[in-house]
Amino acid sequence: MCQAGEDYAGPAQREPPPVPRPGREQKCVKCAEGLPVVVIRAGDAFCRDCFKAFYVHKFRAMLGKNRLIFPGEKVLLAWSGGPSSSSMVWQVLEGLSQGSAKRLRFVPGVIYVDEGAACGQSLKDREKTLAEVKLILQNTGFPWHVVALEEVFSLPPSVLCCASQEPAGTEEAYKMAVDSFLQQQHVLGVEGYASPAQGEDQPHPSHSQEPLGMAGSPIAAQTEALSRLFSSIRTLTAKEELLQTLRTHLIVHVARTHGYGKVMTGESCTRLAIKLMTNLALGRGAFLAWDTGFSDERHGDVVLVRPMRDYTLKEVAFYNHLFGVPSVFTPAIDTKAPEKASIHRLMEAFILRLQTLFPSTVSTVYRTSEKLVKAPRDSCATGPSGPNCLLCMCTLDIDTADSATAFGAQSSSHLSQMLPAEAGMPTPPNCGAGEGQAQSCHRGVGRREDVQACIMEQLCYGCRVNMKDLPSLDPLPPYVLAEAQLRSQRAWVSREIQEYLITDDDEEEEEESRAEPGHTQPCKAIKQEGENTGIGL
Amino acid sequence: MPAPTCSSCHAARAALRRPRSGQALCGSCFCATFEAEVLHTVLAGHLLPPGAVVAVGASGGKDSTVLAHVLRELAPRLGITLHLVAVDEGIGGYRDAALEAVSSQAARWELPLTIVAYADLFGGWTMDAVARSTAGSGRSRSCCTFCGVLRRRALEEGARLVGASHIVTGHNADDMAETVLMNFLRGDAGRLARGGVLGSAGEGCALPRCRPLQFASQKEVVLYAHFRRLRYFSEECVYAPEAFRGHARDLLKRLEAARPSAVLDLVHSAERLALAPAARPPPPGTCSRCGALASHTLCQACALLDGLNRGLPRLAIGKGRRVLEDKPPLSGNPSSDPAASQGPCTCEQSRDGATLCGDGGDRAEATCVLQSDLSPTE
Repeated sequence: MCQAGEDYAGPAQREPPPVPRPGREQKCVKCAEGLPVVVIRAGDAFCRDCFKAFYVHKFRAMLGKNRLIFPGEKVLLAWSGGPSSSSMVWQVLEGLSQGSAKRLRFVPGVIYVDEGAACGQSLKDREKTLAEVKLILQNTGFPWHVVALEEVFSLPPSVLCCASQEPAGTEEAYKMAVDSFLQQQHVLGVEGYASPAQGEDQPHPSHSQEPLGMAGSPIAAQTEALSRLFSSIRTLTAKEELLQTLRTHLIVHVARTHGYGKVMTGESCTRLAIKLMTNLALGRGAFLAWDTGFSDERHGDVVLVRPMRDYTLKEVAFYNHLFGVPSVFTPAIDTKAPEKASIHRLMEAFILRLQTLFPSTVSTVYRTSEKLVKAPRDSCATGPSGPNCLLCMCTLDIDTADSATAFGAQSSSHLSQMLPAEAGMPTPPNCGAGEGQAQSCHRGVGRREDVQACIMEQLCYGCRVNMKDLPSLDPLPPYVLAEAQLRSQRAWVSREIQEYLITDDDEEEEEESRAEPGHTQPCKAIKQEGENTGIGL
Repeated sequence: MPAPTCSSCHAARAALRRPRSGQALCGSCFCATFEAEVLHTVLAGHLLPPGAVVAVGASGGKDSTVLAHVLRELAPRLGITLHLVAVDEGIGGYRDAALEAVSSQAARWELPLTIVAYADLFGGWTMDAVARSTAGSGRSRSCCTFCGVLRRRALEEGARLVGASHIVTGHNADDMAETVLMNFLRGDAGRLARGGVLGSAGEGCALPRCRPLQFASQKEVVLYAHFRRLRYFSEECVYAPEAFRGHARDLLKRLEAARPSAVLDLVHSAERLALAPAARPPPPGTCSRCGALASHTLCQACALLDGLNRGLPRLAIGKGRRVLEDKPPLSGNPSSDPAASQGPCTCEQSRDGATLCGDGGDRAEATCVLQSDLSPTE
């Protein structure tokens, strides 16, 4: 392919270096002793033990290199039942066990989200799956939580607020934390800080879930609301995106309420490469670093971490097979969907197909993703970041002032002149284009189009495109609508009182630009008043 | 079901639905909208200041035909003068037919036309000769690599000949979307970081280039050409099937079928990419031989030609770039000596006006244009 250092491996045109087939004469490339059982990359045959060591080492190295997980911290493992997340849970289980060298030092919990309602499964199937799930969860010995996706309907709007972030740990802070933890352990002299003891205590409090309780089935009204929401979405692409968003919100909420500071998700290298390309096609180019990087701090106090991002699906599959890692198959929203049903499916098929032609595709995309940074946009490099997207919590990447861009081209004024005649056309909302938005949001908050427009303008580009596939935003969970209304009211209020507020900017502008009378008059007026009454500035 | 009326003038019968919005428009309103959008792109991005002498890269294909036509319509409003510059790469059976189309367009629109030929500029090397030279050992050719770099240089030469201040090319939104997909798939962080979406401002001695059609989707370009009854040359280059861009193009077609706005979404993503400063290429200097913009001692065009002249076409495409000294050029006779090295990278995009010549070939992350091993180590 065309990738640095790689040759165009056209079919049957390139002579691959002879792969040492694991025969009796071949030995593991690492220890040169054992019989190889698996070939990872071309030419790398590992024996069972070396493979295990290689696999475990990768996991530890990923955690150790990034130094984000402090010892003693509570970490929530997001388990979907699939191979990658099962492997992750297994790694954590083994890493915390007594016998392992250099034990992992955090306190894990596991969460499983039951998405059966969104996928259209019957209650019976869901219960069957849940039984299997619970069996595996109980065997891990960690505190576990099983939540149904329907619970998004009882989430509070505070989920969408980026809670204040604790200061990020520096190198010294991390080292200090590790040292103090080791000291503690030494003093306690207890070996059993580890989970097995905890595991027996914990299941009881965590066994009783959220108000629903897994003993009974989820509230029928919520299930119906969820299936109504998902069946109203026109395209599978938007369904998948919304599902991911809701799932993330739910997991973050559970993590917050139970005091978990980190959430680990099991996305593998292959999945992340596909996700990166998919997000590119969805218009989320600005947020790729958050979506596919190692850590994702959008939610403030809860940080999402991706420790499996170095493993290809092939390695995960081999490991799971060789070492008997339990996993549960659950149909997802796009199971058995045809290839062109959604952008996610298309991209997955494309990348996997390209991978067979050019075996370095996935690793190339992954390496490129490592070069992406979480930078604010150049134009708004001012101190406090701009407003965040309502759904995905990233800083908005659309600038209504900047019309020399793709977004500007789509919503430019001469287009809007053509629009009034066509009321129901699926054109991009022009709410972002002018000052009319303030009045319309204020005046007719009850009117449907205005509510829709108000919500739209609080979304980033990618979320806007997704929401266009919803004919009406009413079926959305109440916490989303409530937060949207809160934000728009807050914005309206601050616009009203803006001219009366004295901010630091006003003072600077006064001194610098006395040539702009119109702009600084209100400030001058206030300042004079202040001086008259003896309140100097 | 009777045809709807145009939603803009409400008078004529609607003749088409815009791919982007599904709006029903009549032919003339659509063309007017199209032109207004191109005007908006140029004005909002400050692409062509008044008084600019603009060299239009004309290939005879639909994009450059539409571009020339639209700019001609907008020229009075923008205050620019146009020259057509056509490049003759010397591809038999393809380029000569295209050039006929360009000539007849120039005659019809009364625009001055200049044709620059590879054979004249590059010492007798036509694309056919390059293809023969790089063909050897039955492997796929990397002639698209050469064509892209050399054409860009040829355009620049042509623009200087006519005294132009700006170069415009007809890249549309689909091209931009394909480019960003391709650059990710190839791991070309350097090109991604250059952010070639809004055209390059022209560093050093290079003329500023821009793409007024960059937010127009390909379908709309075709529709415009149809309604304005423009004649253009519509065959595919004979070497095109081997390019990597074909994969990206195929993917884009499917994405567009799944979601019509995918093309502009990709362009938006490309605009907002944030790459690490380390990934950006170093600021370019000038070529020691021809004085053009270059990241190394020699600009990419000179390096490629050097390789061809020495009978080692892959000399400039790969790690050997590092050791390439500034040797005096040999008299260029197309040599039929096949490449000494292996592993061509055939990905080079056939038209990528955004590339500066000579991006850093030394780093492992550099584009495949420059990287194919001279030494047979895998």
